[in-house]
Amino acid sequence: MKILVGIKRVVDYNVRVRVKPDGSGVALDGVKMSINPFDEIALEEALRIRERNQATEVIVVAVGPEEVQTQLRSALAMGADRAILVKCDQPIEPQGVARALLAVIRQEQIGLAILGKQAIDDDAGQTGQMLAALWERPQVTFASKLELQAEKAQVTREVDSGLETLSIDLPAVITTDLRLNEPRYIKLPDIMKAKKKPLAVTDLAALGVNAMPQFRVVKTEPPVPRARGIMVKDVPELVAELRKRGVVS
Amino acid sequence: MSRVLVIADHDGHQLGSGCSRCVTAAAKLGAAELHVAVFAAAGGAIAAQAAELAGVSKVLVVERAENAHLLAAVLAPQVVKLAAGYDYVIGPANTFGKDLLPRVAALLGVGQVSDLMFVESAHRFRRPTYAGNAIVTIESPPEVKLVATIRTASFAAAGGGGSAPIEAASTDAVLPTHTRFVSINAAKSDRPELQSAKRVVSGGRALANSENFQLIYALADRLGAAVGASRAAVDAGYVPSDMQVGQTGKIIAPELYMAIGISGAIQHLTGIKDARTIVAINKDAEAPIFEVADVGLVGDLFKIVPELTALLSKASG
Ligand SMILES: Cc1cc2nc3c(=O)[nH]c(=O)nc-3n(C[C@H](O)[C@H](O)[C@H](O)COP(=O)(O)OP(=O)(O)OC[C@H]3O[C@@H](n4cnc5c(N)ncnc54)[C@H](O)[C@@H]3O)c2cc1C
Ligand SMILES: Nc1ncnc2c1ncn2[C@@H]1O[C@H](COP(=O)(O)O)[C@@H](O)[C@H]1O
Repeated sequence: MKILVGIKRVVDYNVRVRVKPDGSGVALDGVKMSINPFDEIALEEALRIRERNQATEVIVVAVGPEEVQTQLRSALAMGADRAILVKCDQPIEPQGVARALLAVIRQEQIGLAILGKQAIDDDAGQTGQMLAALWERPQVTFASKLELQAEKAQVTREVDSGLETLSIDLPAVITTDLRLNEPRYIKLPDIMKAKKKPLAVTDLAALGVNAMPQFRVVKTEPPVPRARGIMVKDVPELVAELRKRGVVS
Repeated sequence: MSRVLVIADHDGHQLGSGCSRCVTAAAKLGAAELHVAVFAAAGGAIAAQAAELAGVSKVLVVERAENAHLLAAVLAPQVVKLAAGYDYVIGPANTFGKDLLPRVAALLGVGQVSDLMFVESAHRFRRPTYAGNAIVTIESPPEVKLVATIRTASFAAAGGGGSAPIEAASTDAVLPTHTRFVSINAAKSDRPELQSAKRVVSGGRALANSENFQLIYALADRLGAAVGASRAAVDAGYVPSDMQVGQTGKIIAPELYMAIGISGAIQHLTGIKDARTIVAINKDAEAPIFEVADVGLVGDLFKIVPELTALLSKASG
């Protein structure tokens, strides 16, 4: 079985993003970019499955501009077998990404697709579910535990009320939650080795995918800041302040 | 005059707290017809609760044995059938809606607005990106059916007192059998539900173990509050994952939020930005949580929290 892992290049989670004063978006010049943290978790899970001999190959796929190759190389260094870049220089919405991933899935005869539950830039949380819908296959979102059996999987997901377990037939789409695993660190020799691993470049047209955005982004603004608060010196003062504000009786 | 379909969240018995927030959002979308759809094995009681929400014009109940558990793959084809004739299909941006609605959107061949937080006009909305650090205004073409998840913290709960008619509905959707419910491990608690609670007390990594979290529970019980946590506290196993507040946990808007031994990482702050009053207790005066706190107290939580609980008990006792 081959596993596909979706890799999105995003602003590193440690960066404090700033909105451009003209409202045209967030400032990206010189900002550190990384693999979306949930996608690292997705890749780690795929690697563990392969290491247990339940998969033959882990293919990482990114849809985006040329620069995404950097993140695909990191994914190869982490342990993926090969990478595919689907070139796209325009902004693309999750539905377009899902169509592109599906085209790759059909070409590659993928048995399991693992994506992040959300990208930490657009915070959309849509691509995996859309991919599963278009593929007409099961989806398990927010996965925190994954057990593969032949042609089937038992997956536990984090839902608002607790932990839900589903049983699904493969092929399927899984989206990862934070507690699924802890991704491994990349070691220096692996970076060297990754340079020799195959990275294929294709594009949306070659895959026959139309990915016209539906939404028009009118403007981007910083959130309304909260008013500066006050400091109290001890517990009685705290309680007095809360009473004054009417939040405790 | 638009027609809005709200997909109700529920646990098989009770209507979820997301539905009434969606009803408020639907009204802002200019709904002339505001229908709530309840998918369940036996949905009568849930439908009755939805019918009471002010503004709802009709409740549709789709009862099928397959709907005993709300599986996205099973529900989506039914929602798609029901969606014909509506301009908007919306649901709450909780784990139910986030799972289901993108699947519905893709089957309809349209995009989705996630976490819709403000309606500027019928086709112009705001939503948060980058963990709430960049708010985007987006427009959707009017001729396309709009699918959206509603950021529940951004809309008030709808009032009660309504009496919408309840209708049984059915669809001829073919349902897949490739996805099966196995079990749910839901933490039973007498405390208020985190997502809709008026008061929330949260603990962070500083609590150091699950026994110490009793301090948080005791204070919460004194206040009639729900209990939340930072990711660090969840990852360390002090509390279950359904208590995580933040970008990748629950987004909440209580009247009172108390962050205790939580540093205030950007991903945590996203989850609490809409709280009316934020109280922070932290031993580090430089902790970023104080930048958003309305009331801050610097000190050791192991001293402060018991004292606070005792002082509040005395007053109300
Ligand atoms: C992709 C991604 C998503 C994330 N999503 C979330 C999310 O949804 N929610 C979330 O919370 N985090 C999330 N995080 C993690 C986040 O970045 C922080 O790591 C986390 O919030 C830190 O938790 P904390 O504040 O409890 O721990 P710490 O940052 O370790 O802070 C502990 C605080 O306790 C204080 N303290 C210590 N001892 C005492 C004492 N005795 N008395 C008083 N104060 C004391 C310290 O001064 C410190 O400020 C996410 C991270 C990533 C990468
Ligand atoms: N451009 C992309 N290329 C590859 N994978 C992507 C891309 N965009 C999103 N994904 C995958 O879909 C997940 C959810 O993204 P989103 O729906 O944008 O929140 C991500 O964690 C990735 O695994």
